[in-house]
Amino acid sequence: MIKNTALSSYPVVWDKPPFIKRAWLRWSIILGALIYLILALASMDINIQRVMEGLPRAQRFFGSFFPPNFADNQGVVWEGILESIWMAIISTVAGVLLSIPIGLGAARNLAPFWVYMMCRSIIAGSRTFPEIILAIFAVKLFGFGPFAGFIALSLGTIGFFAKLLAEDIENSSESQAEAVKATGANWFQWINYAIQPQVMPRMIGLSVYRLDINFRESAVVGIVGGGGIGATLNTAFSRYEFDVAAAILLVIIAIVMVLEYASSFLRKWVQ
Amino acid sequence: MLTLKNLTKRYDTGDLALQNVTLSVPDGQVLALIGPSGAGKSTLIRCVNRLVEPTSGSVKLNNLNLPKLSSRALRRARRKMGMIFQEYALVERLTVMENVLSGRLGYVGFWRSYFRKFPSEDVKEAYRLLDRVGLLDMADKRADELSGGQRQRVGICRALIQNPDLLLVDEPTASLDPKTSRQIMRLINELCQERGLTAIINIHDVLLAQMFSQRIVGLALGEIVYDGHPDGLTPEVLTQIYGEEDWSATIEKVDDSDESEIEE
Amino acid sequence: MGAMMAVLHKETDFVWRRRTTKKQVLIWISWLIGLSIVMFAWNVISEKTIWFFVQDAPRQAADIGSRMIPPKWSYIFELITPIWDTINIATLGTVIAMVIAVPVAFCAARNTSPHTTVRLFALFIIVSSRSVNSLIWALMLVFILGPGVLAGTIAIGLRSIGFCAKLLYESIEEIDETQVEAIRATGAGNLQQMIYGILPQVLPTIAGVGIYRWDINIRESTILGLVGAGGIGLQLNGSINTLAWTQVSTILLVILATVFVSEWVSAKVRGAII
Repeated sequence: MIKNTALSSYPVVWDKPPFIKRAWLRWSIILGALIYLILALASMDINIQRVMEGLPRAQRFFGSFFPPNFADNQGVVWEGILESIWMAIISTVAGVLLSIPIGLGAARNLAPFWVYMMCRSIIAGSRTFPEIILAIFAVKLFGFGPFAGFIALSLGTIGFFAKLLAEDIENSSESQAEAVKATGANWFQWINYAIQPQVMPRMIGLSVYRLDINFRESAVVGIVGGGGIGATLNTAFSRYEFDVAAAILLVIIAIVMVLEYASSFLRKWVQ
Repeated sequence: MLTLKNLTKRYDTGDLALQNVTLSVPDGQVLALIGPSGAGKSTLIRCVNRLVEPTSGSVKLNNLNLPKLSSRALRRARRKMGMIFQEYALVERLTVMENVLSGRLGYVGFWRSYFRKFPSEDVKEAYRLLDRVGLLDMADKRADELSGGQRQRVGICRALIQNPDLLLVDEPTASLDPKTSRQIMRLINELCQERGLTAIINIHDVLLAQMFSQRIVGLALGEIVYDGHPDGLTPEVLTQIYGEEDWSATIEKVDDSDESEIEE
Repeated sequence: MGAMMAVLHKETDFVWRRRTTKKQVLIWISWLIGLSIVMFAWNVISEKTIWFFVQDAPRQAADIGSRMIPPKWSYIFELITPIWDTINIATLGTVIAMVIAVPVAFCAARNTSPHTTVRLFALFIIVSSRSVNSLIWALMLVFILGPGVLAGTIAIGLRSIGFCAKLLYESIEEIDETQVEAIRATGAGNLQQMIYGILPQVLPTIAGVGIYRWDINIRESTILGLVGAGGIGLQLNGSINTLAWTQVSTILLVILATVFVSEWVSAKVRGAII
């Protein structure tokens, strides 16, 4: 029945070859990971008694989520939400507008080397630090209130948007760009005709996405004094008004869902 | 014995893929199913092992009415039907051995398959099959490292390790070069002879169908329009299956020694 | 504004227009609406701004900047434990998140979800986890568990579940179905199809997403200390409040270095795995 059999008897066991071939390396990685895990868990400093004390608080906390208190007194919640929305919109617009020159400068195929390096370092700087740290400094400089939050979020937007814009430009089609250049167009015409059509649809989608991020971030810059719903949320927590906090969180979730839906819709419409 | 009776499939989109197909394949017969794209060839063989649920009609394998089976009984029945796929359908990131052994999943419990501890007879049989198709050295390679012809050989092993009664073969040569196509078809044919397997082979290439099958069924728009001996494929029959075209260059007398290039 | 792409050729009297009049009007109107929203938003923000502070900001910035130099290098030794905590928060948080995110993703993906109700529930988990910033999670957890690293770790974990599960379930929905079909055709059960047909295809994504999120979490965990959830943020907050600017600049440099190292590590690991 079987033809050209090379072996008279075949192996009866088979083990999957290990992912890391060298045995010593494999075992030292496993061992190292285990040791790290133990050390890290030890550093957690889990205080059972403290956790136990926290449980009734957690119960009260989650209990007061139902029902959430939407009918807040003096309308502070809605004021905070609206402030967050305005903050998110204006910082997205400002951030995107500032990102365009920086993004163009950070694209290797457009900018001379020194401009490229400068723009890249601006991007790297604003990407490394979370918006909250930017917000702390903005609050120090501009005082409490939404202006500080606006500055922090705009800076964060630059790091995000300019980087993606630059990458998109670098990946755009060389031949289209050359074809337009060959017509004798000047630099601005060239950008307008060759680069803009290629990167525009994605950029519109990304700005809506960033608006979504900025709204979410605006909920936290308030914690350090940057205005918006975060300030309201922080107050609610420190006053133990958990039902108000729950209402705020639910409103945030709802708005984020709407924004997410809107952005996917807009992206489809643009493309 | 495989018997299809009034088999009909209408997709949710409303497309009628098969209408009243009645066909019986005796044990040990290698049957080639030809027809244009969209004629329902793939649907037909998928209705047999119910990767596609037939709308109506019966499919009987050794007196077991497949469309009526519960999901548990269906899994049991699928173990006896090996399938070879277009574009191989190997799990690309698993090793060749795992791909072959996956043919035994229907027989092995979950945890055993999870830890890759297959019974020793299965492992032995897998090695033997790999040797038979000339891939013994490749057992520990990942499937995506292999060439197209090699992958299809692994696909054949996966089907055969099931120890099936019936082989369902869906466009086995669709993405292979002409030489490898012939080799694969010859291999499938030989293995069917060795094991006395019944096989239904979907194939685009009329010439290959003529060379490697005992019976040809032509499908057009979900209906059988030809059922007979490979030599019976005249230009008139091909026109009926595929539509108007000059067929004189396509049909040749069966001559296996000819290794010249075959155009698809 | 997006309709700019819709280039429309219309030749009447040899005048070429990019768009029809109706479309043009619509675009102008949407620009107008957009512009007025921005103007209004700016108005609201500027009303709440004390412009004196803003005008004073450059001087303040120069002042703070000069006070930050030179960084207090000796302070670095006091930062070793906080940085160790920060890294642990990020790592363990990512581990927790991935352990939960993988099953959630399988429940949320259209092709692997056991039931529509389960799918909706999984999607709800994803959305609520994503919508709430890790700092807010930390704020809540500090209330429940008390201040410390544990609260921070769980906060990072909770925030990351949604992020990881979303990327994962999208990739599960994009797998090659024929590979699963081939496994199904052998008579394999549902769980076996999962292990043999689906898991190998998404394993690289699982690893990639985990590393990607770990990288983000390193950044996120540097700030959790602001609300008392452990890590270097605690020192940052304290130093800023006590106007110890030389310490602040040291901390910022340490964060910068940590982020760079983590980016390097994640790039290396990603290269080795995928």
